[in-house]
Amino acid sequence: MPKIDVDVTRCKGCELCIVACPKDVIALSDNFAPSGYYPAVPVRPENCTGCKLCAYVCPDVAIEVWK
Amino acid sequence: MAEKTLMKGNEALAEGAVRAGCRFFAGYPITPQNEIPEYMSWRLPEMGGTFIQAESEVAAINMLFGASACGARVMTSSSGPGISLKQEGISYCAGARLPIFYANVVRGGPGLGNIAPSQGDYYQATRGGGHGDYRVFVMAPGSVSEMANFPRKCYEVAFKYRIPSMILADGLLGQMMEPLEFDFEPVDTSTIPEPDWVLGVNEGRKRRVVRSYDLAPGKMEEFNLELDSIHSEVKANEVICETIETDDAELVLTGYGTSARVCKSAMALARKEGIKVGVIRPITIWPFPEKIFSEIADKVKNFLVVEMSLGQYIDDVKLSILGKAKIDLHKRPAGGIPVAEEILGVIKQILGKS
Amino acid sequence: MKKVFERTKGLVDIPMRYCPGCGHGVVHRLVAEVIEEMGMLKKAILIAPVGCSVFADEYFNTDAIQGAHGRGPAIATGLKRIKPECLVISYQGDGDLASIGMAETIHAANRAENISIIFINNAIYGMTGGQMAPTTLLGMKSTTCPAGRSVDVNGYPFKMCELLATLDGAYYLERTSVHAPANVIKTKKAIKKAFTYQMEGRGFTMVEILSQCPTDWNLTPLQAIERVKNEMISYFPLGVFKAPPKPTKQETVKV
Repeated sequence: MPKIDVDVTRCKGCELCIVACPKDVIALSDNFAPSGYYPAVPVRPENCTGCKLCAYVCPDVAIEVWK
Repeated sequence: MAEKTLMKGNEALAEGAVRAGCRFFAGYPITPQNEIPEYMSWRLPEMGGTFIQAESEVAAINMLFGASACGARVMTSSSGPGISLKQEGISYCAGARLPIFYANVVRGGPGLGNIAPSQGDYYQATRGGGHGDYRVFVMAPGSVSEMANFPRKCYEVAFKYRIPSMILADGLLGQMMEPLEFDFEPVDTSTIPEPDWVLGVNEGRKRRVVRSYDLAPGKMEEFNLELDSIHSEVKANEVICETIETDDAELVLTGYGTSARVCKSAMALARKEGIKVGVIRPITIWPFPEKIFSEIADKVKNFLVVEMSLGQYIDDVKLSILGKAKIDLHKRPAGGIPVAEEILGVIKQILGKS
Repeated sequence: MKKVFERTKGLVDIPMRYCPGCGHGVVHRLVAEVIEEMGMLKKAILIAPVGCSVFADEYFNTDAIQGAHGRGPAIATGLKRIKPECLVISYQGDGDLASIGMAETIHAANRAENISIIFINNAIYGMTGGQMAPTTLLGMKSTTCPAGRSVDVNGYPFKMCELLATLDGAYYLERTSVHAPANVIKTKKAIKKAFTYQMEGRGFTMVEILSQCPTDWNLTPLQAIERVKNEMISYFPLGVFKAPPKPTKQETVKV
């Protein structure tokens, strides 16, 4: 089942992946990471198709994708 | 190598650089050094080298920054106004430890000034016209032959210590013709192994970075102290200075480049009239020959500095002598060229001899 | 299941200091991926400018050099003339390229230097805290045009691709953006073309990339990509401004 992994040590919570995802898979976490940012989290992983658009727009190369 | 050739100073400087292995020149037209880029424009391609007429002196020095980072023996030249424009780039080269070589064929200043010979850029050359604590190895030729032979030493010191090197000439040295002889064989750079800091194809080695910044706390201080120790080494090993008949002298004339030539003529005139005069001529003006001045000042109590400026070189003379002797200045700035007879008159005044 | 996207070896595996949502990070990834895909990691030299991307020499897994503000094209000239076998990339911001470095940019293009420029146009001086840039849009606020850029005081923003397209020495010029996935993909294609043309010795190539700068635009990242879409692209149209002539039917047959 396609999935993404967001590296919470790199994510700065910019939300660009959230609007890029065509399946509304990602949202910001409610609690902040050690870095102090609210990281992106795949909250609806079942919708993920592995299309990589989130990874394309991520300025911190924090997302890995499996398909 | 024994064949003598008659050459113009600027061209001798260019040929000397090529002979010393220069294979990249970027420059810009400015009187009185135009013959250097002109000469390089056909000579370098002959040697498989690169000549670029840059859009400005600022671009030229930054082309050197790139070419030198790839290990090439590089050169640029200009006159005062152009060297002023290059100062930021020179500081970057010092900060990135790049062994560049450049020449200033000095003209009258400040501002546009004139195109006559001058020594008004001494501070800029020796105190570093750019920002930050860096020093440049500076040689002051006094003849066309030295214009031709000094570039080799500049490259040698620049690459040995990875600091910028420079020739401080003037319009007269650049424009006059004299017979010259090279005192070194042409340097074949292909036989010189590439230094271990050079950028390029990084097969089988870690990647390298050439840069002059470090924001980490304490790092730039550390780097500056490293530069400081390098400067001390250069001061200890690379001073070159000529002293003539100073042992029995009652007065010592001193100057560099063109003004030193005139000092020698004035010395001859004085000696003919029984006035014991000597000459000290620094050939490297950074590192400055402090010890030589200090030792001679233990015996000789009168120094006459001759400069084609309002007096800049005199500061280093004073710093070396530290009050042990009386120091006078004969100044002919911005195109004024001293002649032996006038200096003889000043000598007589100082020594109270009519 | 297979991993279909991971961090390129072209980037050093350390976090980047750019602000949340900044376009630099995206472009760094694209440039690094293209270098890696071209097998040129061992043969590339990246020039870092003065500006937000001054640290680029720490991020790229290639030889690198950090140069004086605006002098990238001149430095690249020196590098490429001595090491033509290397892929020389001058990474520059808008203040760097179109303000203090304008002469170097134009003359390097005019000399048809065989180099590639990656030009990040975010219409602001980022590193120094948001001053007006040579590409700041009319009416756009900055710390040095707080009432908004006005023509009578600050003149017009530069259209660099259009300007350089008049130079015969420029071989390939394209403007793209990284505000949305489709544009990111196009940007990567443009970068690949530019680097390929360089290694084929075809002359000066530049990709101008419109990029969002949330911090100094005083916008959230999401608002910032909207500005790129709605305000920047209308003034800085995307597309190819100089490219080799498409081979005519006959030529393709011959090849």
